[in-house]
Amino acid sequence: MSDWVEACDAEDIDEEDVMRFDHEGRTFAIYRSPDDEYFATDGLCTHEKVHLADGLVMDDIIECPKHNGRFNYKTGAARGAPVCVNLRTYPVKLDAGKILIQIG
Amino acid sequence: MTNGMVIIGAGECGGRAALALRDLGYDGPVTLVGDEPHLPYERPPLSKEAMASDAPVIKAIASDEILAERSIRHIHSVQAVAIDRAAHLVRLSDGSDLPYDKLLLATGSTPRKLPMPGLGPRCVYLRTFNDALAIRAHLSARNRIAIVGGGFIGLELAAAARRLGAAVTVIEAQPRILMRGVPAEIAKVIHEAHEAEGVKILCGDGIAAIADDGAEVRIALAGGLDIVADLAVIGIGAVPVIGLAAEAGLTIDNGIAVDAGLRTGDPAIFAAGDCCSFPLAVYGGRRVRLEAWRNAQEQGALAARNMLGAGESHAAVPWFWSDQYGLTLQISGLSDEGRSTVRRDLDDGAFILFHLAEDGRLVAASGIGPGNTVARDIRLAEMLIAKRAKPAPEALGSQTVKLKSLLAA
Ligand SMILES: Cc1cc2nc3c(=O)[nH]c(=O)nc-3n(C[C@H](O)[C@H](O)[C@H](O)COP(=O)(O)OP(=O)(O)OC[C@H]3O[C@@H](n4cnc5c(N)ncnc54)[C@H](O)[C@@H]3O)c2cc1C
Ligand code: FES
Repeated sequence: MSDWVEACDAEDIDEEDVMRFDHEGRTFAIYRSPDDEYFATDGLCTHEKVHLADGLVMDDIIECPKHNGRFNYKTGAARGAPVCVNLRTYPVKLDAGKILIQIG
Repeated sequence: MTNGMVIIGAGECGGRAALALRDLGYDGPVTLVGDEPHLPYERPPLSKEAMASDAPVIKAIASDEILAERSIRHIHSVQAVAIDRAAHLVRLSDGSDLPYDKLLLATGSTPRKLPMPGLGPRCVYLRTFNDALAIRAHLSARNRIAIVGGGFIGLELAAAARRLGAAVTVIEAQPRILMRGVPAEIAKVIHEAHEAEGVKILCGDGIAAIADDGAEVRIALAGGLDIVADLAVIGIGAVPVIGLAAEAGLTIDNGIAVDAGLRTGDPAIFAAGDCCSFPLAVYGGRRVRLEAWRNAQEQGALAARNMLGAGESHAAVPWFWSDQYGLTLQISGLSDEGRSTVRRDLDDGAFILFHLAEDGRLVAASGIGPGNTVARDIRLAEMLIAKRAKPAPEALGSQTVKLKSLLAA
């Protein structure tokens, strides 16, 4: 259970917003929910490979910027057309104002 | 015994409706009838970058496995040829009769034909995957492609053809490309992108004659120019597929006319997607017909709910996108509802035009920029439009004011 990597400062992400994080050739999306919790998912939409970080966060939903496919970013669940494949999620923890994600 | 739900047209709308019926827990028979030989698939890739790959593949909406798992019977390569409304039967081209409790017409639209003599095998249209494959075979550095009509499908295809090195000429009779639905300021960005990529665009010149000898097409323009091409792709708009509905005596008004719940005059028959015209609530019930992918999905899902008795009304704001080279255009709402515009500049040359009605209400937003630069703001604008908001023009015009903050107001 090691492979925790530091992604960014907690303050880098606004409430109800998302940020892209690239690490060793992989890309992730890190979210800050309206109730101030942090979450992480794969960075690319499962419909076409588009960066979700350009999309809109509303409550616990990330909406893809390309065709408005929706996912619950807390669980990764696909929430309606055109997406049908869930997003992978990753554990997140806060340590001294830094966001760490476990990218196993 | 129930006859269940029958859907005619296995496209975006029909496919989504069938899946939605199951998502809603309906457990009677669901039958999806389509005249194409394929699974229900997405059309947008057919004119885009994906066409530039060596072997374009179909982007199915649901696999055979999913259809089987969800007990959706898909009858392909078969056309519905008549509806017997009294008997609740659809007659199919294979001679069989299909009984229904509720029927959804999702027959889509089909390319408008160029009403001229002289067209032949080198003059083609783009609507289906098979059309796309036939066109793909002509896209190479050795080929000259003429695109008749400066609309979205033609321009997207022009970009894909350039990617493969073909010489491309776009012929548009109107004074500029994208006359319908796209503001001039945005059309100009797209026009310039095409010219920078080497596409020749000829606007404001009609076609006087076409001659197709089976190997090449000669297009004589009224202004005197002659364009010679190996293939002419005609993209001058689409018309709704209404024959079946019209013969069954359903009302036609720029498409199969439905009410806000997507019902035709026959309580057992619904229509949705490109084939129907419906009252758009956000503009006070103005009757429109949309040819847009998200609308087909939304209406497919709404039709499914109402076939099961939900009694809901269509409330969505229209939304459309187009990709050309690295640029994406997104439009929410119908810009012709606007009387004035406010421009918001974003990073990387991207910008958004907000269209305001006389009374200051935001009625549409059109944006263009590299990648997905305009996506968030267009989506937020869509929510403002749905709320019938009257945001201050200064706030809309200033990149530092977050649109999300206007939504909360
Ligand atoms: C090349 C191309 C690119 C596009 N790009 C975009 C884009 O970038 N953005 C966007 O928003 N929209 C785009 N669109 C539009 C979008 O694809 C359509 O709005 C959408 O497909 C409409 O869905 P539909 O199910 O109503 O109709 P269709 O997808 O046309 O499906 C209707 C189906 O019904 C079948 N059918 C018709 N009559 C019968 C019958 N009697 N019996 C059996 N089957 C029948 C047809 O053959 C067809 O398969 C594009 C369209 C095309 C063609
Ligand atoms: S790429 Fe995300 S919905 Fe299509």
